[in-house]
Amino acid sequence: MIDFFRRLFGHSGSSSTAKERLRLVLMTDHLELSPEIVDSMKRDLVDVISRYVEVDREKIDVSFERQDKALAMLANIPIIAVNRASNGHVAEPPVVAPVAAVAPEIVTPAEEEAAAIEPAAGVAPPAEVPAAETAVVAAPSGDAVAPGDLKRRRRRRKRKGSISASSTETVSAN
Amino acid sequence: MHVLSEAQEHPQVEGAPVLGRAIVVTSGKGGVGKTTTTANLGTALAQRGARVALIDADVGLRNLDIVLGLESRVQFHVLDVIEEKATLDEALVPDKRSPTMFLLAAAQSREKEDVDTQKMRELVRALRERFDYVLIDCPAGIERGFKNAVAGAEEAIVVCTPEVSAVRDVDRVVGLLGNRFRPQLIVNRIRPHLVKKGKMLSVEDVNAILRLPLLGTIADEPEIIVSSNRGEPLALRTDIPAAAAYRAIAARVAGEDVPAPTAQGKESFLSRVGAWFGGRRA
Repeated sequence: MIDFFRRLFGHSGSSSTAKERLRLVLMTDHLELSPEIVDSMKRDLVDVISRYVEVDREKIDVSFERQDKALAMLANIPIIAVNRASNGHVAEPPVVAPVAAVAPEIVTPAEEEAAAIEPAAGVAPPAEVPAAETAVVAAPSGDAVAPGDLKRRRRRRKRKGSISASSTETVSAN
Repeated sequence: MHVLSEAQEHPQVEGAPVLGRAIVVTSGKGGVGKTTTTANLGTALAQRGARVALIDADVGLRNLDIVLGLESRVQFHVLDVIEEKATLDEALVPDKRSPTMFLLAAAQSREKEDVDTQKMRELVRALRERFDYVLIDCPAGIERGFKNAVAGAEEAIVVCTPEVSAVRDVDRVVGLLGNRFRPQLIVNRIRPHLVKKGKMLSVEDVNAILRLPLLGTIADEPEIIVSSNRGEPLALRTDIPAAAAYRAIAARVAGEDVPAPTAQGKESFLSRVGAWFGGRRA
């Protein structure tokens, strides 16, 4: 009802700013992930991604960043080689040998641009890609992206990606 | 970790005294009205006939006595009792206006670190045997003073104002308290006309974030300042809305099923409409 009247009288107060700022700051406050948890998230993340590509486990960087409307988890995962064919459901040890390349089927112009650099995700790679390509993962969508996708992904990330964990800390008196 | 809980789950043994309720009034941030709330809630509970003890746990920054107008009657304080320099009976200051209410003042020239947490817990326990309510006015902050104030309590009332800093601090304090204290919320210093203009967080906004059982809301009014100037608890008066709001809060604390707390921010518009048409403004 307040919103209704506010619109009616053209008020644009600062309380909505306060609400939004509070929402964000509390999300950050509540994100009290221990280094152990972040480590184990890294491990799991890499395990999943390793099913599709070979990544550099030593150089993975996970950080948290405030985006416009949400808190995002950013994972920077250097890819050493693409080692997986077709739909990537094979979870066996990495076979770097390339499978027969399949040409991209229907692609949008943007995807075409991506495909020019590297086959789009889900398409069999022709061979090893240059070392240390980088996958950027935005939680919670969490899927590896081909470099050509990055720009689009960054844009999308603003709308996606929030992580919150409630605080479980309790008082301990001496 | 749960040291706080240790002393609190006393099983009620046959023939053992029925313990009163120990409620800590806290907020994290300073200046949101903890002391005023403690004074007025205590007064309102006492007006209902309950036996009430108020403890000022803000050692070093004693204030509950002056807000209540009892500053000239304080002879002994919390630490005197804890250190056995005075008995409880000597230290409890009676409030003539509310014959069933007593104040245990804070030590002014001491530090919060001087208070032993376990001793504080025992003190509150002793008071619970004699009073229906033990209200503990918690200092600002989340350090030693907070821990001592919370130690003997089994329930919490958190006081918040519609400001980002206060909301954030309450959120933090509630996180520290955990689930044990069943914290309930009082939103203080609401200014309905600002809420209406969208220039102040409404009670709903505040509680959309905090998500606590709402005990009541107190609108900001000049009389609250006047009453602390004079050392006369507002809850004694019958002519102002805030006094009624404190009484309603006391009734809710006592377990009465009084109507849900009103959202003053939303109401103000309607009450103004009412005023235009000759109705009395709430």
